[in-house]
Amino acid sequence: MSRKEKIWWWVGGLAIVVYCLFPIGWIVALSFKSAGDLNSGEFLPNGATLDNYSLILTGDASELFLPALRNSFGICLIATAISCLLSMFAAYAIARLDFPGKKMVLSTALVVAIFPVISIVTPLFNVWRQIGLYDTWPGLIIPYLSLTLPISIWTMSAFFREIPWEMEQAAQVDGATTWQAFRKVIVPLAAPGVFTTAIIAFFIAWNDFVYGISLTSTSAARPVPAALGLFSGASQFEDPTGAIAAAAVIVTIPVVVLVLLFQRRIVAGLTNGAVKG
Amino acid sequence: MTQTTLPPVEKTQPVSAPHGTISDRSRSERKLGWLLAGPAFLVMLGVTAYPIIQAVYESLFAYRLTDPTNREFVGLSNYGVILTDQLWWTALGVTLLITVITVAVELVLGFALALVMAKALKSIRPVVRAAILIPYAVITVVSAFAWQFAFDINTGFVNSWFAWIPGVSADTDWFGDTGTSLLVVCLAEIWKTTPFISLLLLAGLAQVPEVLQEAAKVDGATWWQRMVKVTLPNMKAAIMVALLFRTLDAFRVFDSIFVMTGGANNTESVSFLAYRQTISRLEIGLGSAVSVLLFLSVVLIAALFIKGFKVDLASARGER
Repeated sequence: MSRKEKIWWWVGGLAIVVYCLFPIGWIVALSFKSAGDLNSGEFLPNGATLDNYSLILTGDASELFLPALRNSFGICLIATAISCLLSMFAAYAIARLDFPGKKMVLSTALVVAIFPVISIVTPLFNVWRQIGLYDTWPGLIIPYLSLTLPISIWTMSAFFREIPWEMEQAAQVDGATTWQAFRKVIVPLAAPGVFTTAIIAFFIAWNDFVYGISLTSTSAARPVPAALGLFSGASQFEDPTGAIAAAAVIVTIPVVVLVLLFQRRIVAGLTNGAVKG
Repeated sequence: MTQTTLPPVEKTQPVSAPHGTISDRSRSERKLGWLLAGPAFLVMLGVTAYPIIQAVYESLFAYRLTDPTNREFVGLSNYGVILTDQLWWTALGVTLLITVITVAVELVLGFALALVMAKALKSIRPVVRAAILIPYAVITVVSAFAWQFAFDINTGFVNSWFAWIPGVSADTDWFGDTGTSLLVVCLAEIWKTTPFISLLLLAGLAQVPEVLQEAAKVDGATWWQRMVKVTLPNMKAAIMVALLFRTLDAFRVFDSIFVMTGGANNTESVSFLAYRQTISRLEIGLGSAVSVLLFLSVVLIAALFIKGFKVDLASARGER
């Protein structure tokens, strides 16, 4: 590759990075603006202030934001855990066993994945009110399973197909017990796939908005995206822009950390699950 | 990422075993298979099949949650009400417009990003890969707010930055009319989902055999000829899968519209219409009918793709 070509690819890569980070940089800049500075029409703040952060973490808006943050973490982690456990079993069966209906499980996952969420929300809203699941954690965990299970099954079975399962027998031939063979050989091979799937499932649950606003009504179960969407409707504080920006930055931090730590695995998981499955 | 191009590892079968044990073995394997895959399968069915059946049933009633005693069977008249109402057709038009614009732009832009990523130097590749995952991982609501505030007449910087463009000035109200509102919604959607498409296309690019590229090069094909005659035909499956998933996803657009316009100025999408009927107005009957119509539209789009464009999901997944 010539020197000139190198420079061009470098410029291209830089353009992608700017494109991807620009809106995030903007919301971070906005979150540090003071109330008087919000309408300056400039990208960067004139002198940074932490007012917006204190408003949502200790001030008036904290009653709306902090419970939502707790709900989001709790609900998303539980849903991710259950979904990973269920799809681990299913993916093992799909990758290793021969049984009729294997294709049906995979196609059902596909159909569920392309299903318009709003079509499910209407009847769920009705049923949840009747059986008392409306505005509760389980009332969100259950629909989140339908969001996360399909992609988890696809991604994990793609990973499991590539595990050299014969190594389990090899270990047993060498004198390991079944349990030892599973623990020492299979678990380390399967763990990265399970882990990657968990991250992707968590992203999906964390991103949900439709279920969040439709199936909750109070801070008992309302997750962060729904709380953010309703900030503007709350009349407790005048201009919610700064508070929303600060809250947006806080909920973006966990996903950015996950991306920075596990980027290679996430890319492998996404492309494996979607293109190859 | 070379691993994405490898064929799936086939399960090794025992070479020779007595007949009786095979059927015993396969019977217990079947049982174990369903025992393991069953729970996930049942949960998926329970959370989607049951509600959609319920929605179909409820769409046949005139039913307001605030007035439960007057629930009455009305047959298909809810569908008649919706299909003769301008609201539905506006929402459908808006949804189709957003879908077509975003998917078309995303495909071209995503392909460009994939090409850059494929060729990017080793030293900057991890940085580019991390950056490209950020829009994918950021919450849609957050991205919608970021774009809304950027274009907002008070808080935004777009008006002052782009004042040199004719028609843009300090008091351009982007959310004051249908066209410009939808433009900003599309920009936010494109920003958020292009990286995902580009990752799928990058995986597709990796499946194009290097030998063919070399051969075309030796035969004197230009870059453009190689692109059109070699690269694109060989990654057709990846392109189609990316297109199908993104089209269906774009058709369900809801979050950005809720945050940015709240459906004002005729910017309501079909999902938003269903939400407003059910959750805000508690018109369970009408809302369910909109939900069923949305579901049918999605099925229709998927069928068109799979039959019309012959998208072979099985081959794209590397299955037999």
